[in-house]
Amino acid sequence: MTVQIKTVDITPKRNTFGHIARRLGGDKPASRYQEATLDIQATANFHYKPLWEPQFWVYDTRKTAVVMEDWYKPLDPRQYYYATYNIARANMNQAVERNFTFVEERGLLNKISETARAALARGLLPLRHLHWGGNMNMAEICQRGYGTAITAPAIFSAGDQLGMAQIISRIGLVLDQQTGDSLDAAKQTWLTDPAWQETRKLIEDSFVERDWFQLFVAQTLGVNGVLLGFAYQNAEPAWVDAALPVALLTEFLCDWRAEEARWSDHVIKTVAAESEANKTLISQWANLWIGRATAAAKSLSIALLNDNGAAAEAAGAAVLKKATSLGLAV
Amino acid sequence: MSVKKLGLRQRYEHMTRGLDWETSYQPMDKVFPYDQFEGIKIKDWSAWEDPFRLTMDSYWKFQAEKERKLYAVLDSFAQNNGQTNISDARYINAVKLFLTGISPEEYQAHRGFAFAGRHLRGAGTRVAAQMQSIDELRHLQTQVHTISHYNKFFDGLGEFPHMHDRVWYLSVPKSFFDDARSAGPFEFMIAIGFAFEYLLTNLLFVPFMSGAAYNGDMSTVTFGFSAQSDESRHMTLGIEVIKFLLEQHPDNLPIVQKWVDKWFWRGHRLLGLVAMMMDYMLPKKVMSWKEAWDIYFVEAGGSLFQDLGRYGLKMPKYADIATEEAEHISHQNWAVFYQYTHAAAFHTWMPDAEHLDWLSAKYPNTFDKYYRPRWEMWAKMEKEGKRFYNGALPQLCQCCQIPMAYTEPGDPTTICFRSSKYKDDTYHFCSDGCKDIFDAEPEKFSQAWLPVHQIFQGNCGGPTVPDVLNWYHLNNGVDNMDYVGSPDEKIWNEWHAENTRKAV
Amino acid sequence: MAQTASITLMQSDDARPIIEAIIADNPGVRILNMPGVVKLDCDDSITVKRASVEERLGRSWEPQEIQLVLVSMAGNLDEDDDHFTLSWRH
Repeated sequence: MTVQIKTVDITPKRNTFGHIARRLGGDKPASRYQEATLDIQATANFHYKPLWEPQFWVYDTRKTAVVMEDWYKPLDPRQYYYATYNIARANMNQAVERNFTFVEERGLLNKISETARAALARGLLPLRHLHWGGNMNMAEICQRGYGTAITAPAIFSAGDQLGMAQIISRIGLVLDQQTGDSLDAAKQTWLTDPAWQETRKLIEDSFVERDWFQLFVAQTLGVNGVLLGFAYQNAEPAWVDAALPVALLTEFLCDWRAEEARWSDHVIKTVAAESEANKTLISQWANLWIGRATAAAKSLSIALLNDNGAAAEAAGAAVLKKATSLGLAV
Repeated sequence: MSVKKLGLRQRYEHMTRGLDWETSYQPMDKVFPYDQFEGIKIKDWSAWEDPFRLTMDSYWKFQAEKERKLYAVLDSFAQNNGQTNISDARYINAVKLFLTGISPEEYQAHRGFAFAGRHLRGAGTRVAAQMQSIDELRHLQTQVHTISHYNKFFDGLGEFPHMHDRVWYLSVPKSFFDDARSAGPFEFMIAIGFAFEYLLTNLLFVPFMSGAAYNGDMSTVTFGFSAQSDESRHMTLGIEVIKFLLEQHPDNLPIVQKWVDKWFWRGHRLLGLVAMMMDYMLPKKVMSWKEAWDIYFVEAGGSLFQDLGRYGLKMPKYADIATEEAEHISHQNWAVFYQYTHAAAFHTWMPDAEHLDWLSAKYPNTFDKYYRPRWEMWAKMEKEGKRFYNGALPQLCQCCQIPMAYTEPGDPTTICFRSSKYKDDTYHFCSDGCKDIFDAEPEKFSQAWLPVHQIFQGNCGGPTVPDVLNWYHLNNGVDNMDYVGSPDEKIWNEWHAENTRKAV
Repeated sequence: MAQTASITLMQSDDARPIIEAIIADNPGVRILNMPGVVKLDCDDSITVKRASVEERLGRSWEPQEIQLVLVSMAGNLDEDDDHFTLSWRH
């Protein structure tokens, strides 16, 4: 007598979902990013027109003037889905915690000069409101945009902007020894200081922009590119003897800008490359918002660095150069 | 010099609503164009309470930890071929209904909370809504990743987004969320934040997920309970929203009551699908739909409405009817899907003797009297080779879009029909609850994309059932029909037959 | 009619000290065990005390951490540094 042991055949019948296979050109194993993203948003047979905007469906390609044959072309090079996004941010945030502990334990922000203290109060802390504006815009792009490929990273970005507003707020609380006075003062600066008004006008104007892809260009190239570039790179000399602790406490924001741009640049490049018409529109928008952001940064540059706007122009020039490399005519 | 340090609450306020400001270069009404037209009056947004007080750094930390745990389970489930260890492959049909009918709604909730998270004027409210938006994206994505493994072995899962936009019974959940998404931001918050998340979602996630655990589906139960840990934040948001609106102005009460009535009934109809999943699709049962209804609606909802009574808010209209229906709805829905099994992307079956006895015990007032005889007759017809299929397309309710198969209150032997006239057309409803909803917003509900009407109008791939199934991307003879004889059954039997030693 | 305040937690190693603390600190608590979860009910109010959890856990514990194992709840939430309470009292 022989005993035969037959193993169970557990070969999969298929590797991935039908809609993913059609995009991959065949039934192949798909990544978690792909399965969590591609074709997730509903596209057809909607039931009711929105009470608040009856000229469109809730998901409607006509909410921007740019036209894509497929809104799943502008993918996220970071391949973020919820888990990888949160784990990446939790890791970045561990460094934030270490840096705050380091600065607070050594009292590095208690010992700084009055000049530095005044510069931070005027130039750094009001940025929390600019990040809050960024949060509103990215939430708008998530709700108003088309296709999960863009709208999912947009809500991640909205979370990032809120997180960064909170990091800047924490710097204020270190400076004012946890009273919150510096934050109240920063809000007044944001609302009334002439150096900030062009920036505030720019972000308030962006709040009423109805074309969501123009808003994307305004936020990523104008605000993130020029204004945050100026604030976290070019403005460093203004913090004088506080420059080192500020660099530590804003490390997240610098790392984030570089990482976010990998995504947002790729989106702009892909959408602009779709057609001449897209390229023309996006180039106009880029010119407009990079130009406005550079002008707004100039007021800050003059006020903080007394440099006749040179640092702001450098920040603006860097973004214009990048825009050219993305295929825009600027 | 004495410094007065901030308490936790004030610190959190600085971190969130302190970020907001009154715009002056653009009018606030243009920055927030959608939060006035519903007639809700807010005197003071700063009275909003943030019970969870979660900053983004804590959010990332907690959520990353949850995700690391969840994906470790998913990976090991796949590596160990956990799908072979579930109680029975019939169970997977509940997962199919979940992925095609529920997961896309998590996505709808995600985009809807992004809308509320941008367009409500209060900063604290916006932050809470945005966190819920990103959580809901999490739920969609973790569900897709979990069920992706089942899709490799079982049928009916592979075309979930395509089906969700087209298949007749999936227009029930789709129209529910399209309704909420096309409403204003306050109604959305009451519809999804309060009525769905607070009042009804426990019925879906607690007993059903517990059922998944009991049926050996460790991956689904892990995403289910992990999602539920976000849900407790969402419930807190839902109850805060309703209290806030009721406290802000007495004129809000009738508007909120109307929404609570509407969304309770919409939710009750939608969850009838879950009732069927619990009573018929779980091979091993945790509790009946009726028991879950008693715990989570009668008891928990009772406590809640007792509390909200101080604002003048009453129990939702027709709550008594819904409780009466809790003894019928799972059976009536299963009967619909059994007779239309050729047009559904999951399998059906008649309960076996043990299952019938369980149903008799759990539904002593209704099952033996109204449903067991029908099940026994259909089982007998199956045996005789005369399995019952309904060849006619059903009339759908204009509001909930479920086939008209529900019975009159107090008379479970008569089908309930209601109708209304609007602009020279007659619209049909399954119940007084659905008729009331239509009558309050006829312009909205007359737009509904009703699957059966669309088939008859020639918009669904062609005139025959195979044409329509093809248009659905429903693999005829594979995804549909009885479990017995299906490829799902075949693969299951192979796994469980071949792993035994055979002496030659 | 008494209103039921309720907390539902996962049946897991991480949740066990919290479940034990709730049982110890809330006399008359009713326990409903289901596969994977446990539902704990009290009339009017149910509370999780930070000190009780820390005693069982042997480390510091913030009430916000309950989110990692919380499945459902009923009642109005009051959360601060020392406790996590659900109640129907005002």
